[in-house]
Amino acid sequence: MMDPGLAIILTGVLISIACALPGAFLVLRKMAMMADAISHAILPGIVAAYFLARGPDLLAGFLGAAAAAVITVSLIEALANTRKMGGDSAIGLVFPAMFALGTFLVSKYFANVHLDNDAVLYGNIEFVGFENMLVMGFNLGPQALWVMAILCVINLLFVGLLFKELKLSTFDPGLAAALGFSPVLLHYLLMTVTSVTAVGAFTAVGAVLVVALMIIPAATAYLLTDDLKQMIVISCLVGALAAVLGYGIARLINASVSGAIVTVLGVQFLLVVLFSPAHGLVAKARRLERQRVQFALQSLLVHLHHHEAQVGEEHEAELRHLSAELRWTRDFAERIVNTALDRNYIVRQNGHLVLTQDGRQLASRLIA
Amino acid sequence: MSIFTELFTDYTLRNVALGSALLGVVSGVLGCFAVLRRQGLIGDALAHAALPGICIAYLLTGAKTPLVLMLGAAVSGWIGVWALLRLVQHTRIKEDAALGIVLSAFFGFGILLLTFISRRNDANQAGLDKYLFGQAATLTTGDVEAMAVLGMIALVLVAVFFKELKILAFDSEFAASLGFNTHAINLLLTTLIVVAIVIGLRTVGVVLMAAMLIGPAVAARQWTNKLSVMCALAALFGALAGVSGALISISESRLPTGPMVILSMTVIAAFSVFFAPARGLVWEWVQLARHRAQLRRGLAAGK
Repeated sequence: MMDPGLAIILTGVLISIACALPGAFLVLRKMAMMADAISHAILPGIVAAYFLARGPDLLAGFLGAAAAAVITVSLIEALANTRKMGGDSAIGLVFPAMFALGTFLVSKYFANVHLDNDAVLYGNIEFVGFENMLVMGFNLGPQALWVMAILCVINLLFVGLLFKELKLSTFDPGLAAALGFSPVLLHYLLMTVTSVTAVGAFTAVGAVLVVALMIIPAATAYLLTDDLKQMIVISCLVGALAAVLGYGIARLINASVSGAIVTVLGVQFLLVVLFSPAHGLVAKARRLERQRVQFALQSLLVHLHHHEAQVGEEHEAELRHLSAELRWTRDFAERIVNTALDRNYIVRQNGHLVLTQDGRQLASRLIA
Repeated sequence: MSIFTELFTDYTLRNVALGSALLGVVSGVLGCFAVLRRQGLIGDALAHAALPGICIAYLLTGAKTPLVLMLGAAVSGWIGVWALLRLVQHTRIKEDAALGIVLSAFFGFGILLLTFISRRNDANQAGLDKYLFGQAATLTTGDVEAMAVLGMIALVLVAVFFKELKILAFDSEFAASLGFNTHAINLLLTTLIVVAIVIGLRTVGVVLMAAMLIGPAVAARQWTNKLSVMCALAALFGALAGVSGALISISESRLPTGPMVILSMTVIAAFSVFFAPARGLVWEWVQLARHRAQLRRGLAAGK
């Protein structure tokens, strides 16, 4: 039998990758909340399948959940199309209703049997090692592992074979339609792949955390790169890393593995929001600051150039006057003057500022 | 004894009915503004984001005092909305992804804390997980009083700033051009929505609370074109759903309250969407069919 810890880590990594693959497109197509709605709304489908199949049945579960997903997506679109409410209200009306129906059924008919409401929310990846796949008497290892491996392959094929079509219809649906690709068909294919993945991941990580695995790695990657292929690869890596780290943390403090995985995802995302070289807040702030100094420097040079060899030149070149006229604080004015002195654009003469040859050249180029 | 006489004599029933009516009224009224601003889903992110706050408040104080847990929920819900708005404003993450990220990341962290708390050998923690799907049967008079105080403050603020909230809901750019401080009004609205959600957490739970903002407002919108009437109707629908859901849930001990409240709300909303006069879909279909028939008759007569 496979070591339970290893089984959990492997399943976690496979779920993360399976979810991250469609995730990139969900984020780019602004369908994150649709994915959230689907992952909640499949619950009544799973419960109905459990009911009809008289027990947990993999195929019935998939079919029931897929049916629930189709009903949800069409209901949301139909409600939004009536124009009686906004698209966000339509989403916010339909999926809580489906989810409430599911949890009602679970607590009324299945409480403490096999499904319970806590598992619905955050799954029980902890138990993947105990449910093994038996084929003709052979024990092939944890069933969840197999399911997620198959889903990974399906999603890889989906993204790999339809990469060009998905890319085009994501970035320019009009052109895609004009070239003869069907954006509507691709939309529904993506929805289908999303719901099938959500069903597969549901028992392991629950309804709410599936969304985290789909959206957060993709959004993290989106802040790191502008290339779609790189984005997909990075989001798989981000998800897999979180699965491994999350398992470690959960073992360490004895808490839910899926909760820990998502917490790690959140921390990774926060770090990237702050420190991404291209789109991070720190990089952005530094870029802004550099531009601010550059602009102030140029204003100073142009100001000095303007008043050069005129009456009151000396007064205009005093530090105190600068801060008043350019509306700079005294500290900022000093900083800019020092920068200009460092770069040899100006020199101090008898307590006021005079342009050097370099400074004059730059200033005349700026106002030319 | 009939349920109506019990409602006034039985301690639990009275608390449950009062508490769920309160949450319905407050979330109904505030939901109107959120829905008209197309920000209904912000409530979803906010409610999920409240979970870690509840757990942290418990870890810090070691007590399950309702007001303390509510405060924790409010603070972390507030941080969630703040993070959401910052993400949309300062990064290239779009609103829907930001919603999904805040909602699921905060909730995941909350689950981590919740399972951490419940797996320690800590007898006192039992019941914290009731905040997931809500449990109206355990409401005490203290809970209801805390909810009533917060709810009254929120409703008074709505009444005082009704004009400002109204103009923000319909045309925030116009409001800004008239000199209204739209940032401040937006802040007020967000804070009031935080209060509405916090009031409902004990009864409906973090997972489904957002639907109590959207459902009553969508239903009320069907019956009127006037904001004040819409608010009153939404309050009525919210209270109706709250009370009926809570009563159904405690009549069968195993049912969590949140899903029952939301299912009652869904029935009201669905009825309104289909059958409300003028805006109801059924009347629209009837009208359409009548026009078609008239046109067909006209064409036949003209032949």
